[in-house]
Amino acid sequence: MPNAKIIPIRGEEPIRPRLVDDLEPDLLARLMEFWAFVQRRLAGDYCVDDLGFDPEFNDKVLMAMMRPLYKSWFRVEASGLENIPDTTGALVVANHSGVIALDAVMTQVALLDDHPSHRHLRMLGSDLVFQSPFLGEIARKAGHTLACHPDAERLLRDGEIVGVWPEGYKGIGKPFAERYKLQRFGRGGFVAAALRTRTPIVPTAIVGAEETYPMIANATVVSRLLGLPYFPITPTFPLLGPLGLIPLPSKWFIHFGEPIPTDQYPKNAADDPMLVFNLTDQVREQIQQTLYRLLMQRQSVFG
Amino acid sequence: MGDLGVGRVVLVTGVSRYLGGQLARILSEDPAIDQVIGVDVVPPKLKLPGMQFVRADIRNPVIAKVLGEAGVETVVHMGVIATPRQAGGRATMKEINVIGTMQLLAACQRTPSVKALVVKSTASVYGSGPKDPAMFTEEMQPRHAPRSGWAKDSSEVEGYVRGFARRRPDVAVTTLRFANFIGPGIDTAMTTYFSLPVIPTVLGFDARLQFIHEDDGLEFVKRAVLKSYPGTFNVAGSGVLMLSQAIRRTGHQRIALPEFLFTPFGRSISQAGLIDFTAEQVRYLTYGRVLDTALATSTFGHQPMYSTPQAFASFLARREVSVA
Repeated sequence: MPNAKIIPIRGEEPIRPRLVDDLEPDLLARLMEFWAFVQRRLAGDYCVDDLGFDPEFNDKVLMAMMRPLYKSWFRVEASGLENIPDTTGALVVANHSGVIALDAVMTQVALLDDHPSHRHLRMLGSDLVFQSPFLGEIARKAGHTLACHPDAERLLRDGEIVGVWPEGYKGIGKPFAERYKLQRFGRGGFVAAALRTRTPIVPTAIVGAEETYPMIANATVVSRLLGLPYFPITPTFPLLGPLGLIPLPSKWFIHFGEPIPTDQYPKNAADDPMLVFNLTDQVREQIQQTLYRLLMQRQSVFG
Repeated sequence: MGDLGVGRVVLVTGVSRYLGGQLARILSEDPAIDQVIGVDVVPPKLKLPGMQFVRADIRNPVIAKVLGEAGVETVVHMGVIATPRQAGGRATMKEINVIGTMQLLAACQRTPSVKALVVKSTASVYGSGPKDPAMFTEEMQPRHAPRSGWAKDSSEVEGYVRGFARRRPDVAVTTLRFANFIGPGIDTAMTTYFSLPVIPTVLGFDARLQFIHEDDGLEFVKRAVLKSYPGTFNVAGSGVLMLSQAIRRTGHQRIALPEFLFTPFGRSISQAGLIDFTAEQVRYLTYGRVLDTALATSTFGHQPMYSTPQAFASFLARREVSVA
């Protein structure tokens, strides 16, 4: 990748020799910290924002569970992080794939851990997410909310990084044969939200997620029975039962592309459907081109 | 938005219940108000020296006579009741809430001296459900309209109030949609719920809750009476508490039941007279609801003193005092 940059993470810390003597107080301090965390949680002594985002729980529990997947399993390489602002709002628009929305979660880890300002990604999810027990609860605690205009605009106006996956279920539920082919982009509601709040759109391409669960068929009868948008059949699921839930260890790349500014348009630009469609197409085109570029550069799927 | 002048007569409905009584006391102590007339079907438990009590049922036309004879200028409607237990049955409750409001508004419409109407409504008119936006602003329509109980009564009441505002455009109508009241003095279905030794919740859901401290709520009603702020406003303490977090702060046990068990469980404990568990409340405890209060704080130029967590803490402090 020509514009990839190595961003030092906690690079200033000197590397200390890890001797047995100084491991012990370190461990003790970490245990104490963990105990204080548990006590705080049990006493309800923490803060959530108006949307139910619980930064402590997100960082110490949810993201902590996802980090090994990010670092060791998928070995995600995030690039273009300089296209994400440090303090102001932006709308991250990315391709969606891989049966369960792991790509969205990995993008969240990328922005939290690899971005110099450790930005929280606030995603817009479908109402099915918030109807489902556990899933809806966890999504709120991780800072996500329902995909609707008032919420998108509220978050962008508050200077948050908002993530949308406009392909929705068409993207994650598409057969393996159609991998890396962008599906239709909804109604372009995300563009209208960006125009109204005058925040830049960051087209983002994710490569690797398609190969985690190669969906060879969709059991439509089962999906209709369960009320789900699709029911995936992969080479390992449901054949191997719970083992089939383990994603294949593909190598991932996430590239945050050149931002598309929206502040040069007039105030009521969001009410011009032609402009909204054109911008939607521009975003879609940019993501598709980046996908092709990343795929060309990729050595092998699991490399 | 000017002052309505000194020497005013204010009529308050529902004075025999906690909030109505407190409001009547606060208003009667205010020098800008000449006279406070309290109306309810039963006499108030506490004597309110500054208030003239009229025992009347707002469900019958007697109320029109009271309004006309005293030359009432401002009517404060605090008489919408939240739980069937307070009324002695759901049928009576609905009658008091809906027919009572209709009669009161009919009387107000006929009384030329009435210049302002303040209605205590509730945030439950927004309903609650998975398709809700994260925060409700005043102009939003409910995505899951309430279908029963207090919430439905309240949205009907608001409908009649809007109708009245159209027919009497000279009257300044203020509708205050409050989050759940909580505090050291008030007893509501919520305070009973959080006092249960084992608190049931819906498995897999964690609602976002908002509270308004009783003093803050009454302050907003008082301000709406003293100065006129026509319109509909959301009123709640800033910030939110998750249901799980609130329960942890009470120190009580939590039992998470699957949704299909929660509703029958709630029904059986409400039949046992422990707590009023309505379908709307179960939905609220499942999906929660948060109000955007920016309009009220900017229009009234006043911020609630207690945030949602602080209001909840003041309720918990009362419990500790009573235990000691």
